[in-house]
Amino acid sequence: MINKVGRDIPDYLLKDGKEVYQGKNYMDGKYIQKASPKTRRYETPQESKVAESIVKALKDCGAKSGMTFSFHHHLRDGDFVVNMVMKAAIEELGLDNLTIAATSLGSAHDPIAEYIEQGKVVGIQTSGIRGKMGEVVSAGKLKTPAIIRSHGGRPRAIEGGEVHIDIAFIAAPTSDCVGNCRGIGGKSNCGSMGYAMTDAKYADHVVVITDCLVDFPNMPASVEAIDVDAVVVVDSIGNPKKIASAAARISQNPRDLMMAEDVARVIASTPYFKEGFSFQTGVGGPSLAANLFLEKYMDERNIKMGWAIGGICGPMVELLKKGKVGKVIDVQDFDLDAVNSINQTPNHFEMSASQYANPANKGAFVNKLDFVVLAALEIDTGFNVNVLTGSDGVLRGAPGGHPDTAAGSKCCIIVTPLIRGRMATVCEHVVTVTTPGDCVDVLVTDYGIAVNPLRKDLIECLDNAGIKHVTIEELKNKAYSLVGRPDDLEWEDKVVAVLEARDGTILDVVKKIKPYKI
Amino acid sequence: MIPRPRPERFRLRRTMMFMNAQKPGLIKDAYIYGCDSIMLDLEDAVAENQKDAARFSLYHALKTIDYGDTEVIVRINGLDTPHWQEDIRVCVAGGADGIRIAKCESAKDVLTVEAAVEKAEEEFGVEKGRTLLMAALESPKGILNAYEICAASSRMFGVAISGGDFRKCMQTTPQRDGIDMVTARGLMLIAARAAGVQCFDTVFTNLDDNEGFEAEVRQNKAMGFDGKSLINPKQIRLVHQLFAPTEKEVIQAEKIVRAVRENAAKGLGVFTVDGKMIDIAFLPGAERTLRLARACGMYEGDLV
Repeated sequence: MINKVGRDIPDYLLKDGKEVYQGKNYMDGKYIQKASPKTRRYETPQESKVAESIVKALKDCGAKSGMTFSFHHHLRDGDFVVNMVMKAAIEELGLDNLTIAATSLGSAHDPIAEYIEQGKVVGIQTSGIRGKMGEVVSAGKLKTPAIIRSHGGRPRAIEGGEVHIDIAFIAAPTSDCVGNCRGIGGKSNCGSMGYAMTDAKYADHVVVITDCLVDFPNMPASVEAIDVDAVVVVDSIGNPKKIASAAARISQNPRDLMMAEDVARVIASTPYFKEGFSFQTGVGGPSLAANLFLEKYMDERNIKMGWAIGGICGPMVELLKKGKVGKVIDVQDFDLDAVNSINQTPNHFEMSASQYANPANKGAFVNKLDFVVLAALEIDTGFNVNVLTGSDGVLRGAPGGHPDTAAGSKCCIIVTPLIRGRMATVCEHVVTVTTPGDCVDVLVTDYGIAVNPLRKDLIECLDNAGIKHVTIEELKNKAYSLVGRPDDLEWEDKVVAVLEARDGTILDVVKKIKPYKI
Repeated sequence: MIPRPRPERFRLRRTMMFMNAQKPGLIKDAYIYGCDSIMLDLEDAVAENQKDAARFSLYHALKTIDYGDTEVIVRINGLDTPHWQEDIRVCVAGGADGIRIAKCESAKDVLTVEAAVEKAEEEFGVEKGRTLLMAALESPKGILNAYEICAASSRMFGVAISGGDFRKCMQTTPQRDGIDMVTARGLMLIAARAAGVQCFDTVFTNLDDNEGFEAEVRQNKAMGFDGKSLINPKQIRLVHQLFAPTEKEVIQAEKIVRAVRENAAKGLGVFTVDGKMIDIAFLPGAERTLRLARACGMYEGDLV
């Protein structure tokens, strides 16, 4: 069935009430039955929940083949925990038929590719998939199609019972002996633990894995002991260098700076740019640099930002400390400045992924957002964005909070260079639709700005401010005139990944790529 | 092949951005930053044993990249080097809008380059007189001969001072208030105005010193420069901002242009606008303000 963004979704995927994407806010007003986990009672007072090993904790939680294990990605590319748990489960306990439900996966998890090839891991549910795992899944080696969800789509699916987590493994920079966890105070700090929170509440069993056991009570806890079955202490949960970079630095690349300045000009031209406005930006070159130019406009107009959300890094913390933003609410931290600030700097708060972006709850922050600035691997003339698949059709990205913030915000700005190497970023049809075009408002490139024709109001804002803009077709034509129009990719019929829209409908599928021949 | 329109001798040149002609990543789309002119450098940015490679890259850039409205000037090697003649042939064959003569010290230097340009125009079948010239004054002698240099050829559209070399000759270094070059800038400006050509200030090289840069650009504008040489795209917007006329100036210029035209039709030479005496001598200045305003997106009328 062809969906609202023109993608053909195979009918066999449309079972158990699954629908194709019908457009923004289609599920509004519908009811969901929340799932509840089956959890064990711990009535007898316990001195400690520390288990001597992961294997022991797995056994205590009744781990068996066919289960779904969940993980969070706060340790980013420095994470050791996914590999260590899967190794214990598969190689020491001999389990198979396992599904990994992670908030995201990266190249740190390359060893899992081997378990996929062996058929021990048969399901993947994640926001991001990269590296070897992306390659083997794209090659059709995973038994069931991977399910890709946004950061808001995942807690929606968990809360609604579409994903049932048997055991959640919570990598924790610090934990006490009964499982109160925090993202700070240890040797592998990640700051916010927002993505772990829903898992801890909805999993049947919860195992905390830490490399820094601290005195009870570890407060204020991000994940609370009331949800935790066992705590395992290991030598190291991750590589701190890859968990949080040193201070994220604002790009000095003139191209990035020019685009960032244009982003700020666009923002300042809209009626939403007023005292108390809200904002989220990414950490990519031009997205992050937008902070710098936005501050100039804020000073000029003598206004302050009310609040900022998202993945947070140093420049936003800096604005908070300078008193130029009222509150920062943080689901993830990208650099040490942010890690060291959360819950320390007044008005720098932690939130869960559900609170951040879940479209099915009653008050996600993204729905109150004025502006979001996002990157894209590709954007097509329908303003559909791809942040998942490369130009070769292989999985190598993550929707993350992209679709959630784009849908929720009043003004979603995509900033990207027109071409990357020999690839046109602005194109006729993106390889995979990860954020539907009806949620994207403005495109800023180094070759010009285009506004989604659905947003006549924004077109008027730009015109009034004297900001030049062109049609997205013109940008696409310019890109093709510079680097040529790429040949269409060739796919086999097998679906290797299903891309859910944030509301749970099917936005697109990724098929197995045909072997490349020259 | 991208055919470029015939270069305009007098056009808006607020910003001339230098870039190494040998760096494809830089020159492939330098026009996106919105400077008025780009200055592709064959001289100091290019190592001695890379001159030929740079010319090759330059020629293909000129022939294949659509620079649109952005003027494309080439800085050639000095007349005391073995490179300048071949540089000129490449510029003319590729269809550059203009050539910047490095280390120019006399009218003779201009004429020497002009002769070579003319020969190259003949050789490559380029319209005679198409290729414009400008001179970089880099020495005390160049400054003292500024007038004869400016007036040496009808191809000349302007002169620029090159601060690095000039300050070395004068045994000084950049000063916060610009006193190190104030005389040279002044002399060059007078010569350029006397000869009726444009005048451009030198580059500001400390990219981290935003305040110093802004102060220098303000001084440039106050002294009457047409524009400034730049080394980084991030310098462009500030120059355009500071060189832009004020809203009041635009309204005034519009009134003057209208009044001069209306009164000319009535046979009146001298009249008043808002209580100030105005005559035909005010027209070029007012028209220039409107053209500048149009380039800055501040004027959309049809008077210029």
